[in-house]
Amino acid sequence: MHEMGIALQIIDIATASIPEKMKPAHVESILLRVGKLSAVIPDNLRFCFEVASKGTAVEGAALRIEEVPVVARCRACGCSWTLNGPAFRCEACGSGNIEVISGRELDIVSIELEEGSDFP
Amino acid sequence: MEIQVVKNVLDANLAVANQSREKFRRHGVFVVNVMSSPGSGKTTLLEKTLTRLASELRAGIIVGDVSTTHDAERLARSGVPVVQVNTDAFGGDCHLAAHVIAGALDSFDLSRLDLLIIENVGNLVCPAEFDIGEDAKAVVLSVTEGEDKPVKYPLMFRVCDVAVLNKIDLLPYLEYDRDAAVAYIHQVHDGMPIFELSAKTEQGMEAWLGWLREQVARKRSM
Repeated sequence: MHEMGIALQIIDIATASIPEKMKPAHVESILLRVGKLSAVIPDNLRFCFEVASKGTAVEGAALRIEEVPVVARCRACGCSWTLNGPAFRCEACGSGNIEVISGRELDIVSIELEEGSDFP
Repeated sequence: MEIQVVKNVLDANLAVANQSREKFRRHGVFVVNVMSSPGSGKTTLLEKTLTRLASELRAGIIVGDVSTTHDAERLARSGVPVVQVNTDAFGGDCHLAAHVIAGALDSFDLSRLDLLIIENVGNLVCPAEFDIGEDAKAVVLSVTEGEDKPVKYPLMFRVCDVAVLNKIDLLPYLEYDRDAAVAYIHQVHDGMPIFELSAKTEQGMEAWLGWLREQVARKRSM
């Protein structure tokens, strides 16, 4: 539901990541890592991004979204496993004393500049 | 040509949240971010909370709403400073972001507050994702909702420190399975403290108020 705000942040960060000496460059694609536990729906994000990026250096850029599984680690027995549903309990020993070690990512990994736009 | 960025999209939000947190630390104000779905009785709970605590602590409240000032008007009757923030300026945003709270802080004299309650927008999804500089997060659930809300919105129940189960005065009239609700909460967040209460009749309010008092005292002594 808040994908528009996220899309605007992505546009800001991606635009600011274009090296000064390469401007004006066009961003062809943006690689994101989105955790499955984060409250972001990829399709909604793509739609918002498409609308909000009009007229910016990232207009038309493809969002490549790499989904990150939810992985937890048990503080009691030390084992780690991938969660496939909302059961936050250790699979091995049943302890609820666990920490989520991945799955909440919302990162911009890299941007890809269009060929030829390196040397305007 | 590929350019490495590796930056969290919510970094800008976190930076502002950290500035607010530093202000709260300096003034020893305990800040709790209260979240729930719409209609859970959050405003009634906070109205009663503020009224009951008025004689012992100096409290203030920030109320987030997509639009309208109805909640703020209700809360103002408890006599504490209320600041209403509407999020509709950006197309009906579904959560309070850190910069909205930072802006609202100018309306308070933090040196004269012990407790700041932030009533987030009614929504169990997006507010879970946004740090606003708070010390603790509380989620309010009511017995007129499904028992399985915690497993439908696991992130919210994972990130919150305590849960309030509201409207327990209605239990005799409903087929609500209270034990199942508690089990679902603990399935997502083991050992999470749950305050079962009715904001309307004030049954069970004491434990919740006790928790708030304790947190305020702890923050003040830090």
